Amino acid sequence: MSELRLMKGNEAIAEAAIRCGADGYFGYPITPQSEVMETLMTLRPWETTGMVVLQAESEVASINMLYGGAGSGKRVMTSSSSPGISLMQEGLSYMAGAELPCLVANVVRGGPGLGTIQPSQSDYFQSVKGGGHGDYKLIVLAPASVQEMADFVELGFDLAFKYRNPAMILSDGMIGQMMEKVELSPQKERWTNEEIEKMHPWATTGKRPDRERNIITSVELDSEAHETFNNKLQAKYREIEENEVRYELTDVEDADYLIVAYGSSARISAAAIEILREKGIKAGLLRPITLYPFPSKKIKELSGGLKGVLSVEMSSGQMVEDVRLAVEGKVKVEHFGRYGGVVHSPEEVANALEQKLNGGK
Amino acid sequence: MKEEIIIAGFGGQGVLSMGKILAYSAVMQQKEVSWMPSYGPEMRGGTANVTVVLSDDRISSPILHSFDTAIILNQQSLDKFESKVKPGGVLLYDSNGITHHPERNDINIYRIDATEEASRMKSTKTMNMIVLGAFLKVKPVVEMENVLKGLKKSLPERHHHLIPMNEKAIERGFEIVREVSLMNA
Repeated sequence: MSELRLMKGNEAIAEAAIRCGADGYFGYPITPQSEVMETLMTLRPWETTGMVVLQAESEVASINMLYGGAGSGKRVMTSSSSPGISLMQEGLSYMAGAELPCLVANVVRGGPGLGTIQPSQSDYFQSVKGGGHGDYKLIVLAPASVQEMADFVELGFDLAFKYRNPAMILSDGMIGQMMEKVELSPQKERWTNEEIEKMHPWATTGKRPDRERNIITSVELDSEAHETFNNKLQAKYREIEENEVRYELTDVEDADYLIVAYGSSARISAAAIEILREKGIKAGLLRPITLYPFPSKKIKELSGGLKGVLSVEMSSGQMVEDVRLAVEGKVKVEHFGRYGGVVHSPEEVANALEQKLNGGK
Repeated sequence: MKEEIIIAGFGGQGVLSMGKILAYSAVMQQKEVSWMPSYGPEMRGGTANVTVVLSDDRISSPILHSFDTAIILNQQSLDKFESKVKPGGVLLYDSNGITHHPERNDINIYRIDATEEASRMKSTKTMNMIVLGAFLKVKPVVEMENVLKGLKKSLPERHHHLIPMNEKAIERGFEIVREVSLMNA
C-alpha cells in the first residue's frame, strides 16, 4: 500500500531510501540537507530492514565507504550539499573508474567556497561534466518536487546498477527544505547476498571455486589497455545518452519562446509562463529531468519553430552552454538567473524573457 | 481554488508549525499544497516566515512575491509584508507589540489579539492556533473536520494529548477575530 504524507524533500529522500531497500547510508551533516540523515536516524531502519546508517567522520570518508559497500554489490548512498560534494569528487572519479554503482544526493547551496546556505543551482558544471579527474560522467537526475525527491532515489539506484556507474540527484535548498504531498511506495525487501551474487557477478562477494577472483580497481598502468577501458566507458555513456534521456514539456505546442529550466527553476518558470501567456506571449517550458544525459535532441527539434530560448537557472549561466550547443546556432539563446543564494521570482523570469528575447515590448 | 499565504513572525511563535498544520489540513481535503520556509541560521527571537500555497490544481512556483493572505505576528513582518498583499487580499495580524498598525485601504484587514487571549487561556503556546482559527473564520479554505485531521497528522504522537487544547484555541480564534474598519484607524 502506498502512503500519502506531507514532508520535506530531504525527509522524502530518507523515507524513499529505506522503502526501496537500500543497504547503507553514509554521510556527514551540512545545511541545507541535514534532514536526510536526521530522518534516517529517527526512523532507525537498522532495526527493521537492516539498512546501515552511519555518520562518517567526513565527506571524504563517506564516499570511500560507498566505494567499499558498492564494491560488494550493495545499494549504498550518501547525501551532502555543495562544499561536501566537492570533497567527494576524488571518490566519485574512482568509483566511475572502477565502474561502481552508488547514489549521491546534492542539495545545492550557493558557492563558491563555504558560500551561503541558501538555494542555488551553481553545481551544474560539476555534476554533469564530471567534477573529478578523468573522462567520466555521472547519471544526473534533477527533481522538481518533493515527490520526485522520493521517486528518484529508486530510479537513481536502478540506473546506477544498470550501467555500473555513480548516479546523482541534483537538487537544491528549495526542493530540500520545502514540504509537499508525497505518495510513498510500499516497503521493498533488501537484496539477499544470493541475489547480489546472481545479479552482479562482478561484485566482490568472496572467491568461489567456479570463477576467477573479482577485483575492483580503477588503476591500469598499461596505456593501451587503459585506452581500451576508456573506450568501453565511452560506449557505455553513448548507450546512456541513447536510452535514458528524460524531460517534461509544458505548453510547447504553439510556443514562440522556450524556457529551459530544471529543478526549482522549472517550478518558478512554470509560473512565469502563466504570467507571460496572460500577456499574450506564447512561452513554453522544457524541463530536463536528466541533466546527464541532456535532452539535446529534443531542444534542437523544438528550436526550429522558435523565436528565442531562455535558460533559467540559479547560476551565472552554466546549463545555457548545453542549450546553445543543442540548438546549433539556429535560434538566439539567452540566460537568466539570480545566484549566490538568491531565488528568482516568477515575475523576474517573465520580465527577463520579455527584455532579452521579446525586444522589451 | 488557489490560496497563496505568507505567515510571518518571530522564531518560536509557531509560524512554521501553523503553516504545516494548515498545509496538512489541505492535504486531508485532497488539495495540492506547498510549504516553503525561509530557512537560515535563525532561532528563537529571529524572524521566521513560511509561504503556504493551497490549490485544486498542480502548484507551479512555491516561491512568491505577492500573496492572497498575509498572517502577521510581529512588527518587522508587518512592515515587510503589508505591501506584498494583493489588492483585495487579506491581512490578518496579531496586535501584540504592534505600534505601527497597517494602513492600506485596498485590502481587508483583520485583527486578532491572540497573544493576549493565549495568556488569558493560560496556554501561551497555542497562540498560533488562535491565529489559525481566526484565519479559517476569515478564509474558510479548509473544513474544520480536516483541520483536526491535519493537526493530528502534524503533531508527533507523544503530543497527541495536547490536541483538545489546540482545538479549543482554534475555536477561540474563530470567535474573537474582528475586521478593522480603516475609517476609524
